[in-house]
Amino acid sequence: MIGGEIVVQRIVCGKSTAMCGIVGLLLKRPSGCESLGRLMTPMLDCMGDRGPDSAGVAVFTDPVAEPLRRFSLYWPGVAPDWDRFRDAVQGVGHGTADLDPVADNAVLTMNVETETLVSWLEEAFPGIHLLSVGRSLRLFKDEGHPREIAARYELDAMSGTHAVGHTRMATESRVSPAHAHPFTAGEDFCLVHNGSLSNPNSVRRQLQRRGIVFQTDNDTEAGCRFLEWRMREGDSLEEALAASFDVLDGFFTFLMATSEKLVLVRDAFACKPAVVAETDEYVAVGSEFRSLAHLPGVHSADVFEPVPEQIYSWSTLVAAVTE
Amino acid sequence: MTGQENNQDAAMDITGLKFDLDEISVRDLNGFLHRELPEQIEGQESEKAWVEILNPRGRHSIAAGLDCPVTVEVQGHAGYFVAGMNKRAHVNVHGNVGWSVAENIMSGSVRVKGHASESAAASGQGGLVVIEGDASSRCAISLKGSQVVVAGSVGHFSAFMAQAGTLLVCGDAGANLGDSLYEAVIYVGGSIDSLGADAREEAMEASDVETVQELLSLAGLDGDPTSFRRVASARTLYHWNSEAQQEY
Repeated sequence: MIGGEIVVQRIVCGKSTAMCGIVGLLLKRPSGCESLGRLMTPMLDCMGDRGPDSAGVAVFTDPVAEPLRRFSLYWPGVAPDWDRFRDAVQGVGHGTADLDPVADNAVLTMNVETETLVSWLEEAFPGIHLLSVGRSLRLFKDEGHPREIAARYELDAMSGTHAVGHTRMATESRVSPAHAHPFTAGEDFCLVHNGSLSNPNSVRRQLQRRGIVFQTDNDTEAGCRFLEWRMREGDSLEEALAASFDVLDGFFTFLMATSEKLVLVRDAFACKPAVVAETDEYVAVGSEFRSLAHLPGVHSADVFEPVPEQIYSWSTLVAAVTE
Repeated sequence: MTGQENNQDAAMDITGLKFDLDEISVRDLNGFLHRELPEQIEGQESEKAWVEILNPRGRHSIAAGLDCPVTVEVQGHAGYFVAGMNKRAHVNVHGNVGWSVAENIMSGSVRVKGHASESAAASGQGGLVVIEGDASSRCAISLKGSQVVVAGSVGHFSAFMAQAGTLLVCGDAGANLGDSLYEAVIYVGGSIDSLGADAREEAMEASDVETVQELLSLAGLDGDPTSFRRVASARTLYHWNSEAQQEY
């Protein structure tokens, strides 16, 4: 109980001084959307130096029509029998269910209440985890080097309007697919985090008293669910972030996405890095410039470092259509 | 000193060496700059040694740990620790730099044509560091003797616990400037968001105007030296004061 466990913890902490990597890319022109995954893959791979133990990416595409939802599913540990799942899931909601499997992940598109699907999964397929819900969002994350994870889930071939990714070097909770980023809460909202929060337990307890359910003991999940709770209470994401400055204690660079926005913020001390490169074609965010160095036109881009506690928000192509 | 025109000297090929970091690793480049290059320079008109580095692409530790009189031109954006621990060399970066450019510089000079991220010239002991754009937070933190000139602005907690040397900021300074300063002196041309603990603004003496003029000239910048303000330590944190009851 004492020996091995503590030693391992110390080693993990010792390696972790400035680490984890975040990347994000928002495309400003519809013609660029085909290349989203192709541009994101080297960004994620490069930041594998900062976070080699797990990784994940959230990709936003054109939303499916109401009342359909996209559900990102993860079926680890077995050879997933997606054909059996596809047959079984028909009839759980309304109309037909469409399934797009890649390795042990699949995107399920159907008209069903999230609660109904979750209860059915627990009963019929307890090995399947629900990673994200939304009309635009699909998400994958797993243990392993970011390069392998990007290859496994074919990030290269994914198209979309914007995406955020994370490479993790664990510090405060264990390495598992569930502890990997991005974290999601509610629909079409995700967050990646470089840093560590020092009061996640009290934030989690406060939210649990309001009936909010947590999946892990991870600090980032506490931050993510706090922000999503504020938005459900009527705040914009920017207002929720402003409120978080008084509630969340610790170090963070947060990169968040909804179907309509990409949002970036650093805490007051700004100990965790971020670089932004913006052109007429895209907005790219990385922990370090080298993760953006391959992007077309980056050397003539407006490259800047976000200042502490300033909320940077960019509208997506989806928002432009809605407006 | 920075041109290829000086290769009329018979100084072999050290007057215009080019290294492409898309083709060799930073480790190999630095290995050459640390070992082979000083051997070649030995006994020659050393100021003519000139190296150009192509495609830096934000890579870390480029031209760190140099200790010979060479001029290095980095053609593009560099990553963390570029020209760290620099001794005698002159490193010019034609782009932006990541964290800790010229960290612990001992002598020589480092010039950044673009912006610098956090902790520029941290712990620098000597030499000159010029940032032509803005420097981010914690610029010149724990400075120990270098001269640091920033043509733009600096972020929060710049010159934190700076012990010796000078930080000249032509633009604005962020919050908590000069917190817990020792004997380093700061000059600011623009606004100061706030001063850190034990930092205070002092009157500009004739010698201060001279120092500012000298630093502006060294950095190749224009400016009215009389328009700068001087920030230095009030020295109230130097000794334990039992009557202060820990309220500083």
